[in-house]
Amino acid sequence: MPGFAEAVVTERLTKRFGEVAALDGLDLRVGRGTVHGLLGRNGAGKTTLVRILTTLLRADGGRAEVAGFDVRRQPAQVRWRIGLVGQQAAVDEVLSGRGNLILFARLHGLSAPAARRRAAELLEQFGLADAAGRPASTYSGGMRRRLDLASSLILAPPVLFLDEPTAGLDPHSRAEVWAAVRRLVAGGTTVLLTTQYLEEADQLADEISIIDRGRVLAAGRPAELKSRIGADQVEIVLRDAADLGPAASLVGGAVGARPHPDPDTRTLRGPAPRGVRALTGALAALHDAGLVVEDIAIRRPTLDEAFLQLTGPDPADRGAGHGDEPGRARAAGTEVAR
Amino acid sequence: MTPGATPVPGVAPVPGAGPGAARVRVRLARDSWIIARRDLQHWAARPGPVIITLLFPVLILVMFGYLFGGALLVPGGGSYRAFLVPGMFVAAVLFGIETTMTAVTTDRLRGVTDRFRSLPMAGGAVVAGRCLADMLGSALGLAVLLGVGLATGWRDHDGAGRLTLAVALLLLLRFALLWLGIYLGLVVKGPEAVAGVQILVWPLAFLSGIFVAPSTMPAWLGAIAAWNPLSATATAVRHLSGDPGVTGSSWAAGHAIELAAGWPLLITAVFAPLAARRYRRLDR
Repeated sequence: MPGFAEAVVTERLTKRFGEVAALDGLDLRVGRGTVHGLLGRNGAGKTTLVRILTTLLRADGGRAEVAGFDVRRQPAQVRWRIGLVGQQAAVDEVLSGRGNLILFARLHGLSAPAARRRAAELLEQFGLADAAGRPASTYSGGMRRRLDLASSLILAPPVLFLDEPTAGLDPHSRAEVWAAVRRLVAGGTTVLLTTQYLEEADQLADEISIIDRGRVLAAGRPAELKSRIGADQVEIVLRDAADLGPAASLVGGAVGARPHPDPDTRTLRGPAPRGVRALTGALAALHDAGLVVEDIAIRRPTLDEAFLQLTGPDPADRGAGHGDEPGRARAAGTEVAR
Repeated sequence: MTPGATPVPGVAPVPGAGPGAARVRVRLARDSWIIARRDLQHWAARPGPVIITLLFPVLILVMFGYLFGGALLVPGGGSYRAFLVPGMFVAAVLFGIETTMTAVTTDRLRGVTDRFRSLPMAGGAVVAGRCLADMLGSALGLAVLLGVGLATGWRDHDGAGRLTLAVALLLLLRFALLWLGIYLGLVVKGPEAVAGVQILVWPLAFLSGIFVAPSTMPAWLGAIAAWNPLSATATAVRHLSGDPGVTGSSWAAGHAIELAAGWPLLITAVFAPLAARRYRRLDR
């Protein structure tokens, strides 16, 4: 089968909406047969990128190829080879699940009998056979998403774009969608997935690109990125705010990095690069010093914290002296920065 | 099999990408029909909205014909109901813009339009399918209204040939308003704009010859009403069916048939390219 080496290639891709640079020279390579996670906050440019790659939007500059075809010059070729699952479940609410799949299959060029056959297969594959005759408006959020996913897989496209596929879903529905994505990937589909959740990218992706303000900030395997983003975070709540100073020194000595005291919540926060074992030592040291611990927790860094590691403090704090445009400061992340 | 695609068991070979021009036309006709048929499926699955759309002009016809009509005089004499029925044909055509706009806005906001645009289907089929479905809906609506008109005493006096021309002019106006509806459906922010249009069609209809003759209005308002594209079609239909009320000294009233053809063509010439351009470049 004639092939393509890379499922997605972009070079210096730019797109402006008025004054806002949605994409600012974005370079991306997605290997065939891999799952690539695009991680970024709202407004980072994820959706703009997906819309350009799926021929819905034209880039202002740069180049983009999907499945070996230029999205600008050969959009029809690209459309034969992609599936798109957008942020909303793009299904016809009035038609049944089966009706939706037959409609989209017909629009993919299948004959009526072939469309019916394919619809039946997909309904079975996505666990919708029992609800096949019901209008999509009666489906749960997870079912609607699965129908949406099935509708984008009519021709088993080699490249599938999932734009925040689990946004707004409850944990159960989210797990359903993840399972469906994993099955596809096992079948050899290349997936480009956008998400705001570090956990989702971690769960599904072979490679992650962190994007912010239309550029790739960092890319790599999840494990590599996690080591760059920083280790697990520890939070220790003390009974007495006056103990924060001495406790910070003790914990810092034990875990290898001095935590940041927050007097308002009587909490120490900081990285725990050596993991749980070092933490046990820290607790023992606190206990020996007679400092009372009310609560302790270890958690994975949040996306905001990951950004902080990669970008430094929030642009609002960095100020205009570093070439940042004033007024581009974002509210998210500032809490962590201070 | 499409090059590069993973073979799917049970899926018949797909028409090749990049076919010739004849093939493209076949594909456009086929895909447009599939899109239009989706509307027919909606009608079958949820008949309520369709029935309301069909009966609403009938309700207005009855309200104006029997409740207000007794107080209204038709310039030049004649029955008000005979004057009103051709006007209601135009009003029904005008209300059709809401159907178009609702359908376009709903699909756009639900992401269905984006899905269509990312599919390997004939370019233009989404819009052509919308046209086909809405023209069918309006033709059905006109047929119902024609039946009700006949039942309430309206008569076509001048023969089937001229009536056919009248229906053709009505459908031409519908075709023009379709493009306006598609364009509005693509540019507005949300469904609340559809409600706005549902309100705005009323002053547009009252400031025309649909319900009363412009010659009965204050002179400056009457002049605006006489040039309203809706008046042109209403007057043309009255003229073609031999109904009363085709009076007035303005040039517009004297050239209603020409205007009833010219206005829709002009509206189409403006809004069809705008809508097509907007559809291709739905930027967000």
